[in-house]
Amino acid sequence: MPKLPATPYDPANPLYSLNDEQLEAIGKEFDALHDEVFDELGDEDARYIRNMIRFQRRLVAASRGVLLFSRFKPAWALGTAGLSLAKILENMEIGHNVMHGQWDWMNDPNIHSSTWDWDTASPAAAWKHSHNYVHHTFTNVIGKDKDVGYEIFRVDPRQPWNPAYLLQPFTNILLMVAFEWGVALHDLDFEKIRSGEKSQKQVWQELKAIGVKARRQILKDYIAYPGLSGAAAAGVAFARGADQNAAIAAGRDGAKATLVADAIANVVRNVWSNVIIFCGHFPDQTFMFTEDEVANESRGAWYVRQLIGAANISGRPLFHILSGNLSFQVEHHLFPDMPSSRYQQIAPRVKEICDRYGLPYNTGRLGKQWGTVQRTLLRLALPGGGPRRKPGAYVMPPEERAELDEQAGLVPAFP
Amino acid sequence: MPWMRSPVFDSSDTGYEVQDARLRPWRSVLVETGAVPSVSWVRRQVTQLGRVLTSPLLPDDYFALIKPHWSTRELTGRVVRVQPENGRATTVVIKPNFAWPAHKPGQYLRIGMEINGIRHWRAYSITSDPDHPDGLVSITVKHAEGGRMSPVFNQQVGPGRVVFLGDIEGEFTLPQPLPKKALFISAGSGITPIFSMLRELDRQDAIDDAVHIHSSRTADDMIFGEQLRNLAERRPGYVLKEIHTAEDGRFTPDALDRMCDDWRDRTTFLSGPRELIDAIEDLYEAEGCADHLHTERFQPVIGIGGGGNDGGTVHFRVSGCHAECGPGTSILVGGEEAGANLQFGCRMGICHTCVGRLEDGAVRDLRTGAIEKASGQMIRICINAPEGHVEVDL
Repeated sequence: MPKLPATPYDPANPLYSLNDEQLEAIGKEFDALHDEVFDELGDEDARYIRNMIRFQRRLVAASRGVLLFSRFKPAWALGTAGLSLAKILENMEIGHNVMHGQWDWMNDPNIHSSTWDWDTASPAAAWKHSHNYVHHTFTNVIGKDKDVGYEIFRVDPRQPWNPAYLLQPFTNILLMVAFEWGVALHDLDFEKIRSGEKSQKQVWQELKAIGVKARRQILKDYIAYPGLSGAAAAGVAFARGADQNAAIAAGRDGAKATLVADAIANVVRNVWSNVIIFCGHFPDQTFMFTEDEVANESRGAWYVRQLIGAANISGRPLFHILSGNLSFQVEHHLFPDMPSSRYQQIAPRVKEICDRYGLPYNTGRLGKQWGTVQRTLLRLALPGGGPRRKPGAYVMPPEERAELDEQAGLVPAFP
Repeated sequence: MPWMRSPVFDSSDTGYEVQDARLRPWRSVLVETGAVPSVSWVRRQVTQLGRVLTSPLLPDDYFALIKPHWSTRELTGRVVRVQPENGRATTVVIKPNFAWPAHKPGQYLRIGMEINGIRHWRAYSITSDPDHPDGLVSITVKHAEGGRMSPVFNQQVGPGRVVFLGDIEGEFTLPQPLPKKALFISAGSGITPIFSMLRELDRQDAIDDAVHIHSSRTADDMIFGEQLRNLAERRPGYVLKEIHTAEDGRFTPDALDRMCDDWRDRTTFLSGPRELIDAIEDLYEAEGCADHLHTERFQPVIGIGGGGNDGGTVHFRVSGCHAECGPGTSILVGGEEAGANLQFGCRMGICHTCVGRLEDGAVRDLRTGAIEKASGQMIRICINAPEGHVEVDL
């Protein structure tokens, strides 16, 4: 078994208190849980994602339709709300998860990680590389996981401070609003460009791909649909007997209203996804690792790193869907290729494993998780900063355990 | 587990492959897709223009919300009816959602169907006429015990079931000009492509001198038995010689002289189980008339490559798995034995489900024996064996 460095990067790192046998057993238990769910996948799961996609597309079509009449305030409000919701679903529960390959088992070329593209600025191939490969493999390893602070934020006190971090509170808000563009640029991996590891040709090709994607997004949201609304508004005004000038003015109003609606929908989606994603790895509860700590790590240790490097957000079913089930970030990091709709179902089993091996299970309400993230971002804009207190081992409440036991002992229905 | 990548810190990760936006980004070699339907010029323009409003999706995806078969993303079909045939087979009649491209009698179709949420693909000979007046297509499927798709086609599929239609493939067709003297040899479900060919000859009024030797277990078990007996009655130029293996025993090549003494002068079409094909092929080669022989072989012959063919080792770069393949063992089989979780479909080189990038080394095509050196190309791991050490991105 590989030896861990003498002193842990995070003092309370539970990896240091687990022996090789325990790690091996943990690896086997999580593997078994993964295989158990994958053996069950079938029609019902396929129906879930198809219904979700169908609902989302109908919502887009309806919202775009309503926004044709964006000059009228109620239509504008309804369309903007619908489009915002549709964009959130498209990015979180659908796009992110399909591009993870969670639905590849269906073998459906139209819901497949290799063919999917999403409604944001980031081209699919670029994101899949930086996210599925770099982030999910090297999760929370300082220097390897480019999602630790996204190369612009200081989120860990041990990252060396420099004066540029003073701007962190402002860049934070800027990134929140323009998150999709931040993600697109982040995929370029500036560090690799600076160090010359990435060839100029590769950088140029990636930039071109972003350009193509960005052009399509801008054309659609900020030119084509406002144009259609403008034409509709002018047409309605003309039909009502307005003269030419009044009709043109109405058209201009309609186009402007839709342009604003589209921009708001994009920003709402940006802020929402930023909030959910920042709560995944930056709350106080999560652990960070060094390259030495993960060199040649065993499968069991890989699972433990994923488990303690992520944090959940507690909430109701609708909240989980809107967050793309990334509110089950822990389960997602253990099993990135598992259909998101199954995370909620396996969460009690994951907790039970945590309880038995004395591991933390990171979770909290949205306000608490996001609050600690924002506190960290503000505090670490300044030099210094100390480690935050880490949670101890998860202890399963007796009533939850009773519920789990009951499920396990349930006599299956006949026939 | 394919996603379970062990961190390799010394690997130089220089990025990913940037996709060419002009290509059809919604088609990928990693997942099998139906054929591209042929649509009108107007429809293509609508798609091109409409993309401005629907990007990154296609207008098709919104049309499909109204009627799924309006989508032009891939060719699909709807089962119109199923006809039970003799010999535990079923003819599945399908109406494609867009115009059916012409096929040649004897060719096969890759057909996909969803079973419990998972789309599966298989290849079956097309049994319908090439230019059916109603644009219908059919395949005839024999129930294979323990199979995944054939029992569904035989027992569960009914009118309305959606299927996915892949490309039409196969070199087993009638040559032009049509042969004057022909011999057809078939056994079991191998009759399906030959049935298509015979119907074509019948329709073209070109059955002048054809002998057909077919083996089935009993007379009642013969797929298309009635139709072919009927044909033999109508067409004096078509002679059907049935062998019923339950009574007569298996057909062997030495019976050929007795059943059709001028077989050496006939263009021969052969379709059936592998043992039969091997035996007949050997005979034709020994007699120096292999160029008369056309064969449909649904299963590749593994390990006839000749030359080195010593097998080798495989490193699956994504899963980190190491495998050893003995002589004639495909990368897929070797990988599975070593515990790698690999995607596969047909396991005979036609569906491309198992493709992976060959990063280093050389592979031998187990069907042809041809050796290919790595140039970053995609290979089908079910029909390729390593020649020495290879590195595959799977």
